[in-house]
Amino acid sequence: MDKVMSNKKIIALYILPALLFIIAIVYVPIILTGYYGLHKWNGIGAMEFIGLENYAALLKDQTFWSSAWHSLLLAIFSTLSLVIYLVVALVLSSRIKGSNLLRKIYLIPMLLSSVAIAQLWLKIYHPTNGILNSFLASLGITNTPEWLANPDVVLYALFIPILWQYAGFYILIYYAALKNIPKSLEEAATIDGANAFQIAYKIKLPLAMEVVKVTIVLALVGSLKYFDLIYVMTNGGPNGASEVMASYMYRIAFKSYDFGYGSAVGFFLLIICLVVTWIVRKLTANKDQTQYS
Amino acid sequence: MFKNKKMLVLLTLCFTLLVAGCGKNAGTNQESDVGNSSNSGDKITINFMHLWPEGVSAGQNKIVNEIINEYQTEHTNVTIKTEVLDNEQYKNKLKVLSASKQLPDVGVTWAAGFMQPYVEGGLFAQVDDLLTGSLNDKFVAGTTEAYALEGHTYALPLEFNIAPIYYNKAIFADNNLQVPTTYEEFKNIVKVLNEKGIAPIALGNKDRWTGSLWYMYLADRIAGQDVLANAIQGAETFKNEGLTKAAQEVQALVDANAFNKGFNGLSNEEAKSEFLNEKAAMYLMGTWELPNFTTNTEISQEFKDKVGFFKFPTVEGGKGNIDSWVGGPGVGLFVSENSKVKEEAKAFVEYFVQKWGERSVTGAGVIPATKVDTASIELPQLYTDLFNEMNKASSVTLFADVQMPANAAEIHLNQIQALFGKTVTPEKFSELHDSALSSQ
Repeated sequence: MDKVMSNKKIIALYILPALLFIIAIVYVPIILTGYYGLHKWNGIGAMEFIGLENYAALLKDQTFWSSAWHSLLLAIFSTLSLVIYLVVALVLSSRIKGSNLLRKIYLIPMLLSSVAIAQLWLKIYHPTNGILNSFLASLGITNTPEWLANPDVVLYALFIPILWQYAGFYILIYYAALKNIPKSLEEAATIDGANAFQIAYKIKLPLAMEVVKVTIVLALVGSLKYFDLIYVMTNGGPNGASEVMASYMYRIAFKSYDFGYGSAVGFFLLIICLVVTWIVRKLTANKDQTQYS
Repeated sequence: MFKNKKMLVLLTLCFTLLVAGCGKNAGTNQESDVGNSSNSGDKITINFMHLWPEGVSAGQNKIVNEIINEYQTEHTNVTIKTEVLDNEQYKNKLKVLSASKQLPDVGVTWAAGFMQPYVEGGLFAQVDDLLTGSLNDKFVAGTTEAYALEGHTYALPLEFNIAPIYYNKAIFADNNLQVPTTYEEFKNIVKVLNEKGIAPIALGNKDRWTGSLWYMYLADRIAGQDVLANAIQGAETFKNEGLTKAAQEVQALVDANAFNKGFNGLSNEEAKSEFLNEKAAMYLMGTWELPNFTTNTEISQEFKDKVGFFKFPTVEGGKGNIDSWVGGPGVGLFVSENSKVKEEAKAFVEYFVQKWGERSVTGAGVIPATKVDTASIELPQLYTDLFNEMNKASSVTLFADVQMPANAAEIHLNQIQALFGKTVTPEKFSELHDSALSSQ
């Protein structure tokens, strides 16, 4: 086996199919998207080359920047919420009663499809029959908020199900990372007289740090390109109040029939994601650099 | 695991052959399919993509399948292969297929602005010849014109719709309300219902075109039909006094709590359920909703008996006519220009449109674009009344979002949502419309 794997040709042979797939399905479309972005094109007729005009228009497009700001807000919120997930995972990984059951409960949202979650939360947020407003009304609040119709509230109302949707995923990752920490370290610390808080902060956290860094990148990039719940629940509305970059791209390409400009938005989105990933890697890099993304 | 690398290579080769073999098989199959269909007289397959899934549009779905079955019985060499998608998915799929020029042989399209890029891209075949054949003089006046561009017709309409205000007779009677004929009376109804704690109007403005209907009617009644029609075509400024007034009236209605709570975040389906559950008294919607108020067996007869309709009231001092409607042809059938079975597909469309006209009235309760003899068939009263109104119509203004080119329509729809949500002033609303339509 070792002999086979040291043969460069064999290695190439094995890598080739996957490589071809990735090139055809991921990289070629990315390059094409960038190329389409240089054109005025409605997706059907002839393409007209206009150079960087789409990208220049993009930089001046207020709607794009407001949707970029919404995406950024989502990225900030989902990164901050990682702290909560980490705390939950720390509690779950210590030997408490029912941690097994709780872990499964936290994971359930991840098993539901996005559309099902969207439908569920549409019901919760319904302005008159929704469980949330019914509850508020029973508390005596007469002017209950219109969660998905009020432009000032809608974005935050959408963040809650989005964070809820991914909570289980991150908790599971943290849980696995914390469970991997050798018991002996914890026992040694206990003998030295460390309390639970010190064990968590001084031993478990540093050892799980590499995983935390990965999740930060996942959360940031995942939020920047987020699309599904927003598309189903508000479609970016009312009038763009909950528009994010990906939903804006979709709207431009598929509703306004402006594939050229839509492609430019998509390509720009990719660049933003790459830059963010690079910045996060730089910021979290340590001396013995570990490659994780 | 493996003794030597030869064996491993051998195994890999085996797999490669296996995979290649599968691919080859599939390839030949497809080729033979194509060979068959291009050979007329032999077996022909017509691909037909439509948007009436069994769940959402049971009536239409049944008729489509019946017509296809009959056609196949009459033309034994033809097989119609259908693909059914939901409205929004349908639009997206059509878009994606068109980029690779692989439209189905026959498909469903909307009129005017929606159709334009497809026609300009040379994807739809001209169907002028079908209008002079057995379908000559069968269409209601003004329906096929919406599918014509530069003198050629590119699709044949199936439906014709107008939008009345449906209302709940029981709620009106309980509160001693009469059907309004003037806008003042209408506003009074809104006020009375609000005092009783009943939502006056069900509106799902997440979908945006729903709010557009309200704006269009107010514009029609205040500024007059010709001004509205010209403005949508870019020949008149939206800063026109009457049109700005209409936008102000929309916001006045919002201020008067005329619409159900949270309308900007609710879909049309959610708003409709408010009306169906008798939580809202009025609902402005196209005649395609008629089956729900007449034939649909899933809705209780008790409720269906309560539904009436009235025409959008006239506004004092306005230039509009009460018999002027917002509406237009719904969907139509196109034949793909790149179809390998173009002639056969056209024949099928001709057959389909004719049969659809005969069946859809009784089967689905929709109003077809072809002429109907209402005297010879038993029809629900609501249907007959609306049908007669349609024949009396002084004008029918095509839905603004259908008429405008796609990107202007998108701006219009977003601004409608903003107008209803009061995040834009009527003046700014007019200004943005002008700039959107002039940049075309």
